Amino acid sequence: MKKKITIIDYQLGNLFSVKQACIYLGYDALITSDPIDIINADYLILPGVGAFADSMNNMRKLDLIEPIKDFVSSGKPFMGICLGLQLLLTESEEFGSTKGLDLITGEVIKFSKKDIMGNVLKVPQISWNQIYEPKDDLWANSPLDSCKRGDYMYFVHSFYAQPSENNLVFSTTNYGGYEYCSSIKKDNIFACQFHPEKSGKYGVKIYENWINTYK
Amino acid sequence: MNNIRVIARLDIKGPNLVKGVHLEGLRVLGKPEDFAAYYYENGADELFYQDVVASLYERNSLKDIISQTAKRSFIPLTVGGGIRTIQDISDALRAGADKVCINTAATKNPEFIREASKKFGSSTIVVSIEAIKHSDGVYYNFIDNGREETGLEVLSWAKQIEELGAGEIIITAVDQEGTGNGFNLALTNLIAINVGIPVVAHGGAGQLQHCSDIITKGKADAIAVASMIHYDFIANRHSDMEDRKEGNTAYLQTGRTTFSKIQPKSISDIKIHLLENNISCRKIS
Repeated sequence: MKKKITIIDYQLGNLFSVKQACIYLGYDALITSDPIDIINADYLILPGVGAFADSMNNMRKLDLIEPIKDFVSSGKPFMGICLGLQLLLTESEEFGSTKGLDLITGEVIKFSKKDIMGNVLKVPQISWNQIYEPKDDLWANSPLDSCKRGDYMYFVHSFYAQPSENNLVFSTTNYGGYEYCSSIKKDNIFACQFHPEKSGKYGVKIYENWINTYK
Repeated sequence: MNNIRVIARLDIKGPNLVKGVHLEGLRVLGKPEDFAAYYYENGADELFYQDVVASLYERNSLKDIISQTAKRSFIPLTVGGGIRTIQDISDALRAGADKVCINTAATKNPEFIREASKKFGSSTIVVSIEAIKHSDGVYYNFIDNGREETGLEVLSWAKQIEELGAGEIIITAVDQEGTGNGFNLALTNLIAINVGIPVVAHGGAGQLQHCSDIITKGKADAIAVASMIHYDFIANRHSDMEDRKEGNTAYLQTGRTTFSKIQPKSISDIKIHLLENNISCRKIS
């Protein structure tokens, strides 16, 4: 039987395009806010665009935090996208400090408004930008398996994640001269700051790789 | 230098892609979905749909166009025209848009920008400025496709837009739009160097050189192009006109698809030109 992909709906962000990418690849995708659906998912996606604090509040109100943590500790494949990556960290400096899901130790920080040369840096970054492999062969047999160093992905964000453990950084990207973490991999968690579902056919392929990695 | 986006701008009226030429009215070009699908394949970094009549009675056809496009094109899609309420934004996003573009509603009630940015995230909210130079030499924002004056001086308005939380500004030089005379470099530069959010330049692109000038001299973070790529599509791809009975299609049947000042060029031609001029953008492999 074909495995089911479950997309968490916490009432923020464009879920439609994530679902379309799954459908395009021939998978059925369920958009849900039901904790039971989340626990029972085969593959779970946490998407997101918007504010960190609002997202945590919505997840709390919908009783989704424990089911998400339970799902992740079950070892089944979990993917976070954009804000869905940032929410995995311990805390974000948005509006002072807001606690995250703390599945990855580290913090979420805002881009500087000056680039490394001291010129104005446009924030949010709304741009196609390149991803790089931090060390050789890291991407083999992973969701980024089909990617080449320097491939372009679509980014929209003002904040970025800084995991405490450097070896969790799965790709890096440069904005304004600053190198930052653009994806994370830890056990069954894969999360990317860019939007694979908005990054053309090479982006959509990342979903396919991700699904196939855990077949 | 950061990567520049090349955005395919599609003006929509009812079910049709149209192109307005300053003072000349609208021409029907074909089915927007067909053009969008081609631009996606050809390396567009983003699609921008503007509903030029923005009338409520034809909204369903816009929603269909959005969702048809979102099923096929896996790049960001911005939708503008007739976005007046939080519900309108939700509807557009639910249909498959990633961002919405607001002008009239933001001008009439600037707090709408703050409310929308807070609810959907700054990066979802684009504010459009339609600029016309007044006899005093100052640019003012207009609404309703350049028909109604607002009295807002563009630079102070742009700074306010940023302060209210919008993620991006698209600046249209109304007098240049559809002419092929080139973007308005001074106008774009004025906004782009004085705000901290990305600025998209729109209106006037007719030649490849215009596309690089607006970045090197105008300091735009992204460019929106329409006529150049539409005429290229029509000239080289033959849009199906069979079912386009509505509107002014006469000129298409005559085969007159270009104007002397507008070179038909594809998105990929534009990108090659930018790269040759040392402007970073997503390479198409």
